[in-house]
Amino acid sequence: MIIVRHRNIFFALTALITLIALASLAIFGLHLGTDFTGGTLAQVSYAAGRPAPEALQESLNTAGFHGYSLREASTNEYILRAGNLTPEMRSALPQTLSIGGTYPATIAQLTEVGPTIGLELRNKAFIALALVLLCILLFIAFAFRKVSKPVSSWVYGLIALVTLIHDVIVPVGFFAALGYFHGAQVDTLFVTAILTVLGFSIHDTIVVFDRTRENLRINDERNRKEDFSETAGRSLNQTFVRSVNTSLTVLITLLVLYFIGPASTRDFALTLLVGIIAGTYSSIFLATPLLVAVEKWRGRQKKK
Amino acid sequence: MWQKRAIALVILIVGAGIGWWVYSSQTSASRPFKLGLDLSGGTQLVYRAKLDAIKGSDVAGSMASLRDTIERRVNLFGVSEPIVQTEHAGTLAGTPEERLIVELPGVTDTEKAIALIGQTPVLEFRMLKKDADVTATASSSINELFEPAAITGKDLASAELQFQGGTGALTEPVVVLHFNAEGARIFGELTKNNIGRVFGMFLDGSPISTPVIRDAIVDGTAVISGGFTPEEAKELARNLNYGALPVPIELISTQTVSGTLGDKAVRDGIMAGLWGVGAVILFMLFWYRLPGLLAGVALLLYIVAMLALFLLVPVTLTAAGIAAFILSVGMAVDANILIFERTKEELDKGTGTADAIHEGFHRAWPSIRDSNISSMITAVILFWFGTSLIKGFALVFGLGVLISMLTAISVSRTFLLALGFNAKGSFARFFFGSGIKTYL
Repeated sequence: MIIVRHRNIFFALTALITLIALASLAIFGLHLGTDFTGGTLAQVSYAAGRPAPEALQESLNTAGFHGYSLREASTNEYILRAGNLTPEMRSALPQTLSIGGTYPATIAQLTEVGPTIGLELRNKAFIALALVLLCILLFIAFAFRKVSKPVSSWVYGLIALVTLIHDVIVPVGFFAALGYFHGAQVDTLFVTAILTVLGFSIHDTIVVFDRTRENLRINDERNRKEDFSETAGRSLNQTFVRSVNTSLTVLITLLVLYFIGPASTRDFALTLLVGIIAGTYSSIFLATPLLVAVEKWRGRQKKK
Repeated sequence: MWQKRAIALVILIVGAGIGWWVYSSQTSASRPFKLGLDLSGGTQLVYRAKLDAIKGSDVAGSMASLRDTIERRVNLFGVSEPIVQTEHAGTLAGTPEERLIVELPGVTDTEKAIALIGQTPVLEFRMLKKDADVTATASSSINELFEPAAITGKDLASAELQFQGGTGALTEPVVVLHFNAEGARIFGELTKNNIGRVFGMFLDGSPISTPVIRDAIVDGTAVISGGFTPEEAKELARNLNYGALPVPIELISTQTVSGTLGDKAVRDGIMAGLWGVGAVILFMLFWYRLPGLLAGVALLLYIVAMLALFLLVPVTLTAAGIAAFILSVGMAVDANILIFERTKEELDKGTGTADAIHEGFHRAWPSIRDSNISSMITAVILFWFGTSLIKGFALVFGLGVLISMLTAISVSRTFLLALGFNAKGSFARFFFGSGIKTYL
């Protein structure tokens, strides 16, 4: 089995990908969206052409806005992000955005989030992430409890956790770059995408591990002596087509969603796309090779 | 065999029937899909209830009365299918809060929506503190001078306009409050025990009437005489009759989506769904041939079942929910892929098709079960995490995992067995084979 035999190459590749993702995260950083920071997000469309940014900025400044950001979207829209609005600012908003009616504007979307809600959601996101990881670890340890030789079920769980961390780092790094170049912001949908990637990726890893579990049992029943790396490699080989195909069907639907789906879920589909590619990669090229590496290392420890 | 075929036929007929039901309910608009605010257009307002003046035991009652009052108010203005609910925000961000969430479909002017709710009067009753320095009224805020009274706005049953003899010969318009039975009891006790103290009636945070209690009042009425004009008094009585808020509320979050944006999202979502389903079915057909076709049929049944569930539960669809549904289409065939790969392996060993199918299903089951449990875990946690948008995603995702397990396993198995292949010939092999041979 090529992948298991040349696992060091793939470890190096994985390390490289992870480093790039981490570097992107460190350089670009994540921009928290209105959901998490609190504040105002308005999407304004101008049916008869939008005003120049300077003109709109002036109008906003006069209305008492400060520390806002204005971004052009599609051909005749602006996305405005600002702090929380006072009632006066809110009621004057249509006037302000249309610059006193000169540029007829419709507010396609207006979201205001109070600071406590933002903070609460941020905390909740972290808890949800930790909870998903913990539950998955427990579940794998439980599902694989009967497999103890040659690697204990906790090792399966821990390796699954390592691949999951990889699967989170890659889309997060990607999203940091997306935020830098396209102004994408981390919102609740992004967190949802990451959590969904976790569920999917573990799904994939479980199928591969499950095959190893089954082959180990069959070997045991038939009293067949086989090197663990052989069994693991064979299992990987058997599940390879399935892993690729399932990811393909999901990738197909995500591509469709990205290209022709609703605008509000576009970044979401892209994050999922990257995450699921990372997840499929890690369950094939990282999970089982790691399992074999741990087994070999254990073996050497015992001999000493 | 014939039994299997009969079951397969029944499944197809039932599936087609449900499909027809979903289709006709849409064309006749008798039971439309429930759309979230981001798709239908509308406004969501989130308020924080200021409960400082309410005893802990009264919180639940006050919140319920708050919800009823706002609901009545919103219905009064003819908003179709508004949702008014209370939420207890936990301790994740400092002190726990009681919130009121108001969703107004079709109202796409934030300002108008806020005004709609804002007209609801807030009626509070307070007692002047025993040691209060009344001469300092001007400098101290009302909250320091007054303390909450046992009776609250939720005990109010109705209000009416009356004219009473004021000072001199003139009659003065007053608003008479009638408490409900519970309120009358509390008010009777309150007035009995506090004779001589100042009782304050506050409307929207300002004191409008601060009489001194002279006698116990047991008939459950109180009079607000605040120097009203007849017009003001009439309006106040009317507003109070529609319900008064027992506690003040503060707007902390709003979300408005215009109808056009929502319509476009729905159209894009439907297009994406159709293309997604088509592409997945084509892929399955090309790669897995005959079983792929059956998986396609099972997928269509899955879609029909999900749409019917969306209508029956009913599930409120959001853009994220549609995304989850489209995503779930890609995932739903996973169980089929697992089974077919397993079946193919058995065929390669030289097993006959029927046995290979049995074996394939049997061996793929533990993987399918475990992987779906992990998806369910994610769905449940997402549901807990979510705002209403994300809850839509989690619900559809979770339902999708469950239903797809059912359709991918039992339905496609029934179909495969109903075909009744048990050949070892090249014909069956071609139809059960798959795209390319892989040797790694």
